[in-house]
Amino acid sequence: MIKQKAKLILEDGSEFSGYGFGSDKNVTGEVVFNTGMVGYPETMTDPSYCGQILTFTFPLIGNYGVPGKERENGLLKNFESEKIHLRGIIVSDYSFDYSHWNAKQSLHEWMVDENIPGIYGIDTRMLTRKLREKGTMLGKIVFENTKDELSFEDPNKTNLVGEVSINEPVEYTKGKKKLVFVDCGTKNNIVQAFLRRDITVIRVPYDYDFLSIKADGIVLSNGPGDPKMNPVTIENTRRAMEKGIPMLGICLGCQIMGLAAAANTYKLKYGHRSHNQPANESGTKRCYITSQNHGYAIDSTTLSEDWREWFQNDNDGTNEGIIHISKPLFGAQFHPEASPGPDDTEFIFDLFVRALN
Amino acid sequence: MIKKGKPKKVLILGSGALQIGQAGEFDYSGSQAIKALKEDGIETVLINPNIATIQTSEQFADKVYFIPIKTEFVEKVIEKDKPDAILLGFGGQTALNVGVELFDRGILEKHNVKVLGTSVEAIKDTEDRFLFAKRVNEVGLKVARSKTVTNIEEAIAAGKIIGYPLMVRIAYALGGLGSGIVNNKEELVDKAKRAFSFTKQILIEESLYGWKEVEYEIVRDRYNNCITICNMENVDPMGIHTGDSVVVAPVQTLSSHENFKLRSIGIKLIRHLGIVGECNIQYALDPHSDDYRIIEVNARLSRSSALASKATGYPLAFVATKLSLGYNLNEIENSITKETSSCFEPALDYVVLKYPRWDLQKFKAVSTQLGSEMKSVGEVMSIGRTFEEVLQKAMRMLDVGYNGFTVNDLDTKITDDLLAKPTDKRISLLAKAIEEGYTVDRLHELTKIDRWFLFKMKNIIDLQNKLRKPKLEDVDAELLLEAKQKGFSDKQIALLTNSGEFEVRSKRKDFNIVPFVKQIDTLAAEYPAQTNYLYMTYNGKEDDIATKEENQTCLTAGQVIVLGGGAYRIGSSVEFDWCCVNSVLTLGKLNYKTIMINYNPETVSTDHDICDKLYFEEMSLERVLDIYEKENPLGVIVSMGGQIPNNLAVKLFNKGVNILGTSPAKIDNAENRHKFSQILDQLDIDQPEWNELTNLEEAKKFADNVGYPVLIRPSYVLSGAAMSIVLTENELEEYLKKASDISQEHPVVISKFITDAREIEVDAVADNGELYCYAISEHVENAGVHSGDATIVLPPQRTYLETMRRVKIITKEIARELEITGPFNMQFIAKDNDVKVIECNLRASRSFPFVSKVLKINFIDIATKLIMGQKLPKIDKSSFDLDYVGVKASQFSFTRLKGSDPVVGVEMSSTGEVACLGDDFNEAFLKSMLSVGFKIPQKGVLLSTGTLKEKAEFLEELKTLRKMGLKFYGTKGTADFYGESGIEVETLHRPFDNQEPGILSHLQDGKIDLVINIPKTSEKEELDSDYLVRRRAVDLNIPLITNLQFAKRFVKSLRKYLSGELHVKSWDEYM
Repeated sequence: MIKQKAKLILEDGSEFSGYGFGSDKNVTGEVVFNTGMVGYPETMTDPSYCGQILTFTFPLIGNYGVPGKERENGLLKNFESEKIHLRGIIVSDYSFDYSHWNAKQSLHEWMVDENIPGIYGIDTRMLTRKLREKGTMLGKIVFENTKDELSFEDPNKTNLVGEVSINEPVEYTKGKKKLVFVDCGTKNNIVQAFLRRDITVIRVPYDYDFLSIKADGIVLSNGPGDPKMNPVTIENTRRAMEKGIPMLGICLGCQIMGLAAAANTYKLKYGHRSHNQPANESGTKRCYITSQNHGYAIDSTTLSEDWREWFQNDNDGTNEGIIHISKPLFGAQFHPEASPGPDDTEFIFDLFVRALN
Repeated sequence: MIKKGKPKKVLILGSGALQIGQAGEFDYSGSQAIKALKEDGIETVLINPNIATIQTSEQFADKVYFIPIKTEFVEKVIEKDKPDAILLGFGGQTALNVGVELFDRGILEKHNVKVLGTSVEAIKDTEDRFLFAKRVNEVGLKVARSKTVTNIEEAIAAGKIIGYPLMVRIAYALGGLGSGIVNNKEELVDKAKRAFSFTKQILIEESLYGWKEVEYEIVRDRYNNCITICNMENVDPMGIHTGDSVVVAPVQTLSSHENFKLRSIGIKLIRHLGIVGECNIQYALDPHSDDYRIIEVNARLSRSSALASKATGYPLAFVATKLSLGYNLNEIENSITKETSSCFEPALDYVVLKYPRWDLQKFKAVSTQLGSEMKSVGEVMSIGRTFEEVLQKAMRMLDVGYNGFTVNDLDTKITDDLLAKPTDKRISLLAKAIEEGYTVDRLHELTKIDRWFLFKMKNIIDLQNKLRKPKLEDVDAELLLEAKQKGFSDKQIALLTNSGEFEVRSKRKDFNIVPFVKQIDTLAAEYPAQTNYLYMTYNGKEDDIATKEENQTCLTAGQVIVLGGGAYRIGSSVEFDWCCVNSVLTLGKLNYKTIMINYNPETVSTDHDICDKLYFEEMSLERVLDIYEKENPLGVIVSMGGQIPNNLAVKLFNKGVNILGTSPAKIDNAENRHKFSQILDQLDIDQPEWNELTNLEEAKKFADNVGYPVLIRPSYVLSGAAMSIVLTENELEEYLKKASDISQEHPVVISKFITDAREIEVDAVADNGELYCYAISEHVENAGVHSGDATIVLPPQRTYLETMRRVKIITKEIARELEITGPFNMQFIAKDNDVKVIECNLRASRSFPFVSKVLKINFIDIATKLIMGQKLPKIDKSSFDLDYVGVKASQFSFTRLKGSDPVVGVEMSSTGEVACLGDDFNEAFLKSMLSVGFKIPQKGVLLSTGTLKEKAEFLEELKTLRKMGLKFYGTKGTADFYGESGIEVETLHRPFDNQEPGILSHLQDGKIDLVINIPKTSEKEELDSDYLVRRRAVDLNIPLITNLQFAKRFVKSLRKYLSGELHVKSWDEYM
């Protein structure tokens, strides 16, 4: 492969030069970083990254290639959705050669197939420190000898959830217990978590009137962007909560529950994107290592009387989950389904399943 | 925060002398434990005879015992000091084994001593293979198919069921001692026999050769919070002991699914076992699926945990100690960020590589093959942002002559066999194999190393080919930067482009290609780090920390760099770390900002809270200059870290670096044999006659002139030909033919060897040429045993006052002549009152911690103050007048080095040392012996006591041994000789006689528990026969003595033991 120069330009005017790989398309998006050390195929297909350009802080990326497209319950087994949702990736040292028994192609080949560009040869630590100091920024990837005609565009001002949600309801039939699963841009493994527990899942679009379906419980999935951009979902959620139907919100879903419960959400300076976020369970001495990917959070001081902070981030004290004092309503800011990441909080699915009646 | 119910006084067991499989990492973990306890206001009592450790220094434990780590001694300390709790997980396998014994004998219960952290029951579950497999199966997890056997017949039967090849493992063994793969019944029987001499049970299991080997470090608190701190992947697959494997952190070839699957399995098992604190779990992972086997759990701090601490910045030993006191994970602050808690899993934004350091060339007849028994004596760790970078850095750090992964001077011919059968040279051979056209697939087939690592190695070779240019000018900026990013040193590039190292340096600086300083912060830049734990890389564009500018405005006295000791190896280990740490601590007290450069993960000096800035970096000329230019310090101290910094002194000085202490020109005067000899002549100081010779005829002539025996020292060559004493012209000829190609470029130094002489050692500190303080110690063995292997006693016991006076005068004269400021060490040879100088080093020596602690005068503290220009008052002379004796003894690791001849000589072969104090010489000596593994003989002694003269000399001692009720065995000559004096010696046949009763079978049958074997002749057959006897003794773990003075002293001190007077006194009780 011929080395092609490319650069990342940030909205503050700073530039980072490296070499391109994957597709050679110029893109724009919100630049964020993830400190996980493995799991690029899962991370890149996580719909919550929609609209973003992701910096991997771990410098060696591509080592074990990209796995095949086997399916389980109709869902891709090795990926979190049908396609890459990121706009582009930034790495320090891309590994052109890969080695793994399960790999079918290189990361580069996959990104070419999916028309996603990447840059390697970047001081990703320098970039991360900048994002940490100044907060997430808009940016664009521009290849050498191409016209830089894209303008910075804030994806959080667009209907990102609408972009990544499904269009029509889909039913995954398993056991007698049934869940309505509101897809705001879900990761496959959240759906799988219930299917593996023999629960039938009816997956509906984010703005679907899900109260029209009779179910034992409701799940609000993760998804991209600002939770306040989803007024229809918030309103549906508020109505469902009034009825006391068991509900579990994950990540964006948790924030939507918070908004539906009249609490406020705000944008974090640079978000939590990693596999090592410690979450303390309130009132216990337990601390779980969680996988996270969010740029917004619930302001737990705005929670009403009926709600409690369930988990709190042990690093910065931000909210990591909410729980209702009497009704079976649970919200987890982190990802109990892991993938990629530690499965310490998998028990939340069991907890929720027990609450279904 | 005060923990309820936490103990008031805690006893900590150390790990004793450094040996293969158990080295400096336990000084690091023990020191951390003490810090953690002290922070909680808990009183600490430490047992560790390893006097060169940091943990046994004044500022650490409240009470220190330099006594053997053996149950009976520990019990006496418990009775005396009445601790209410004990820590077993910080002294390696040694502490763990003693802890289990204390528990089993009810000693802990009797004295109400609580075991902190993981319970003894849980420890036993992890130590006993059978119990372990049972516990793993209970939670539905997998271990290798195996069978525990207790005798040879059972072993054969198990082999039949599981099928060959098989892995034979031995329980309760440090560093996989005696373990190995066997391919057939014969090999199995042989291995099993050897094993049963150490242990009652062995394990026969399915061989997982070629699987990936992966480790996780896990911590758990008593509230069941359980997290993994670091994962590591061995570049060398299963089949090579982890301690002998090149290891990367974090794992590189595992998918997220595999990685988190192994994490979950580990956590599940650790919770089930009920570990509290830290542990390590090892897996084998199928390279063709996600199938796995759990290999083992170490329920204690380990070599891997020390590595993981350094690799991540997460202080595992400190945290483990707090957890064992009852804290939960998020009550402990993250000491790097000071902002976040310890309940998190570090995210790395760099890659770390550990490379083992072997010293096999120091041993006669040793096998260089690597397998499941560990052979390395130390390790290095490199940090960078590409695999290529860390591999090349690490190979340079080894200090064995590599320029990196490639551009090495290797004349080995590559064969498939050589690649398939790993030796200590394997990785460097891979470079050559790739150059010769071996494909990645073929190399993978031969080595089972994952292709990803091989691809990366190939990248280096590909780049090397691009760099190979007729002139340096042909290399453009882009290529030069790429080379630096892939870890090429200026020297490597120079060698490839027919230029010089400094031409490359100035060219790249013209291109603005310089390395950048990055911080290790445990969170991949997510939070700011408060600690300056640093490395350098070319894969970056900015420094994390302000360097020069900030320093000019800082309010302290300025910055000082201390160069560390590098990898532990034979001849340089924890002693130099002690010197470096003490120097840094003193500099801190003097208000200097301290910068430490070192790259050994087993050390305390690389603990980021010891200094203001830690550069975990190469100590090459190139890199030290890089750091010097970034930091602009006042100067560099090169006299603390041993020979590596000492060798850099002149080179750095020539590049304008300010060397603090003795001037580099003077260092050169001491290092250069010719210059030093001239100085001695000028001062009228005697030295053994010597000459540097370039051909055989001259050599013969010189030896004839001075008379045999002579000592031959080949000039430094990579093959590492050993120093040797030769007795005859024939030997001289033979030696010179095989050991080195004697020539103009490779001369040999021959010196007169003085027999029956004593060796005396002086450790001293001088100030502007004035001797400030000194310690004279004496070797127990006569000259001919390397000072690093000799048993050393302070104060001297047999040296005449007149000799001492001469030694002191000479030391003063040398200090004045070389204008020494700082530490130095001299070695003398004394016969009658005739004193000759044999060596002088203008740096701290191996024995500095020993003399400092015995005299209770910190020579390094003094040296550092003098180097920095402080004026100190004279030391009161009475301080050197002791009412007690210190004896330093060497620890050998021959047992682990299969085939090596376990005999001490002029080439150093010990891997560690201890020192004990006693009210007299014999007491201190015997305690030291017991500390390095000697046992009191109960049954029989095999005698081979050298020449007739030596035999006669030993007669008195035999009478003592007879009184102890011991039986004697020997060859016919020995039996006849002693028979005449009325001492009965049972005659045994020598190995080559092939007749019973034979020596070997008696050793095997356990009838002999002490072997005294003094080598005497140069006759081939007798040499070989003696070798077999010594080797067998070592293989069977029977104490072996090969030196007559040592043997005599041992017997004399045994007499002392018979009267029951081995006192258990702490360091501060010796006044």
